[in-house]
Parts: sequence; C-alpha cells; structure tokens
Amino acid sequence: MTAGPQKKGMARPQIAWRAAQDIPDGAIVNLGIGMPLGIPNYIPAEREVILHSENGLLGMGPPAKEGEEDWELVNAGTLATTLLPGGSYFHHADSFAMIRGGHIDICALGAFQIAANGDLANWNLGDGVRTPTVGGAMDLAVGAKRVFILTDHNARDGGAKIVEECTLPLTGLTCVDRIYTDLAVIEVTATGLVVLEHIEDMSFEELQDKTGAELQQSADWKPLESPDLD
Amino acid sequence: MINKQVSNLTVALAEIENGATVMAGGFGDAGSPNDLIHGLLECQLKGLTLIGNGVVAEDFGQGRLITAGCVDKYIASFPRGPGTTIFDAGTPTAHIELEVVPQGTLAERIRAGGAGIPGFYTGTAFGTPLAAGKETRQIDGKDYVLEQAITADVALIMAKHADRWGNLVYSKSGRNFNPIMAMGAKLTIVQVEEIVELGELDPETITTPGIFVDRVVEVENPTTLYGEP
Repeated sequence: MTAGPQKKGMARPQIAWRAAQDIPDGAIVNLGIGMPLGIPNYIPAEREVILHSENGLLGMGPPAKEGEEDWELVNAGTLATTLLPGGSYFHHADSFAMIRGGHIDICALGAFQIAANGDLANWNLGDGVRTPTVGGAMDLAVGAKRVFILTDHNARDGGAKIVEECTLPLTGLTCVDRIYTDLAVIEVTATGLVVLEHIEDMSFEELQDKTGAELQQSADWKPLESPDLD
Repeated sequence: MINKQVSNLTVALAEIENGATVMAGGFGDAGSPNDLIHGLLECQLKGLTLIGNGVVAEDFGQGRLITAGCVDKYIASFPRGPGTTIFDAGTPTAHIELEVVPQGTLAERIRAGGAGIPGFYTGTAFGTPLAAGKETRQIDGKDYVLEQAITADVALIMAKHADRWGNLVYSKSGRNFNPIMAMGAKLTIVQVEEIVELGELDPETITTPGIFVDRVVEVENPTTLYGEP
C-alpha cells in the first residue's frame, strides 16, 4: 500500500475556529451536536457570547470536567455541562419559544446535504434501516436568525454534500445562511452560492469540481486560513 | 385537607389502564422519572402510547418500558438515542408505531394541550416529510403547518421538591418537558426527592403550581442512569 497525496484542507477544529471568528460580541448562539460544539473553544476572548441549549439552558458553560459531572445539568447532546454566572434554566416550551420566536441570533448545525437555495437535509439518511431522529433541528433551522452549517465539504465516499437540490429528506427550506467546510466558506445568497474564502492550495475550478452546485467567487474573496490547532 | 402525597410508588401508579396514553418527562437522564417508569413495568400494562423526548438507553427508563413490550406507539423527537438501535429495522421493537415530531413542536403541542389550545401554526417542518398530510397556511407571506395539541391520560413527572398541595420545584436541566407535561394529563403523578411543609417552597420559585398535580410520591434517592452499575 502506498500513501496517497496528503488530503488538502482544514482539520475539523480549524473549521470550528473559522466559524467562531464570525460570531459577534453579544450573540446568542445554539450549537448542534458534532463539529459545532468546538466553536466555543475559539471565540475571541474579548467577545461575550451566550450559549443556548434547547433542553433549557441559557448561559451554558464548558463541558463538565471528569469527576465533576452533575447529571441534572446536561447539554442538548445529554452530556454533563456547566452553567455560567448569569445563566438560567427554563422548560422546553420556553426554550423553543426562544428558537421559534426568532430570539436566537446564530445556530450552527451539521449537514448531510445543503442545496444551492439554502435547503438543508441533516436529520434522516432515508436508508430505511436507522430510525430517524429529528430532535430540535427543524425548529432551529426555521427559527434561528442565521443558520451556519459546519461540514466536511464532501462525503466520505467523495460525493458532493453541497448540491443543486437535496435528495435526502429535508430539515428546512431556504434556511442556511453560511457554510463552513474544510475547503471553503460559502454564503448562500438569493442569487446562489458565493465563495467568500477557499484554501489557497486549491483553485476555484478544483473547488467547483468538488461541489455539486454552481459556485460564484466573491469580489471580496480571501484565502481561507486558520492557525494550527491540536 | 388537601394532601396529594401518596405513600409509595404502587399507590402512586394505581388505576392506570391498558391502552393508556402516558407522557414521561426527561431529557437525557435529567428529570427522567425513572422510579415511576420502572414501577409502571410492574403494572404489566399493554398497548400504551408513550410520549417523551426519546430513549436514552434500551434497558433503562422509557427504553425499558418499550423493550418490555408495554408500548404500541411512541411519540418522540429523538426516539433512538445515541448508541441505541431501538426501533431500527430488524430489532424486536421495529414494529412499534413511531411518530417523530420536531422537538419544539412536540413541546408546544404538549403545552397547548395543557393550555386548552387545540392547535397552532408553526413554520417548523414546513416542506419536510414531517409535515406531510398536514394542513398548511400562509400568514403574512410565510408558510406554516397546523399542528394539533397533545394531551394524555397520565403524566409521569420528576421534580426536586414538592409540598402536599403538589407545588413543584425542579433542578437545573431536569426541568425540560416536566412542567408542560404536568399541565396536559388527566392524572399527573410526580416523584420528588423531598416533600416539604406547606410554605417552605418559595412562591417565587414554584415552577409547577399544584393545580396541575394529582399525586406526589417521595423517592429520596432516585434511580439514575449514571448511578447504576
């Protein structure tokens, strides 16, 4: 077996780092399971951001340290977490009133597929084997003021995750605002997908080849960069 | 005298019938009334419709009730919790009728049920398979789905403290679905770690007023998923 060429692109923590740079001071943010959970590690220290967890927390802190878990205090992934000073507890109907009522500034989610018009599929692989689990994804997709997607640019088999039209069951219609991948930062606009940044050692044409929907290059295009992260 | 305190789990769970619709609070294991749920197993009920956020473990809490064969239908947002294969094709629970509901819609349907509101419009799930067959409507140029309220025969609730009037105080993220489920059932049964004297609970912190509660049972050391070997 010979080693193939090294995979181009950013590591998952770097994707979270890049998304974190776009979260402004004062934002109220809900984070989905997976890559988005890395975002709080990289929000610049001078910015104060309030994390919302749909199971009834505002002002959520970092994960609980091993040995200090309080299982009455869990996050949306049912892992032990903490509450910051100023944090609050509330019931599920209030929590989703915050979401559905447009009180959450940014929600960061994972995705199976994102369409050129911002349609999102991230809850159901439609394989008929695994029971679909929707959780709060549909409420967040529709309710949050801005929806960020953090995802690998391509599926494990190399197939495109950013496509003209989703083929998997939809989570929400025209709900995605911005996509962060290992290769690019892409804004979903009324006139299509606009590449704000992509990694320098890949040409726009190469990026287009790895994408299942037509891309436009922003006039303000910048190289996608991130510090080395462990 | 009003006294909603009952002496033990058996009394607390009396008079639940086969085919009942049962709601159970909890998100993850937080706020899950595991002693009531496991106590329900001893009632050997059949044909239950169970409503909850989802199964955390296949042989614990709501999962145990389902794998024991008590449940015919499950209404949940996250029916198959992390690390479980419950309801997946080829498993013994695959035949159970599942209604997967977006979590916020599930919460609001339950809240609406308790509040006497038969249905409501929400943008959640519009254009997705979970809105299939449901009435839709445009209001001010936006698309909405009509969702119907949920009520139940029985709600199984976990709180931290109660008094004999049934006033409830919760603990941290253990609140979750409990306050809204307590509102929406004909018979609301609560397990708490401690029942205190009337007046000891600060009225400013009572989250569920006793009007919504029928029975309270004290379980000083509740069974938790993480406390079991």
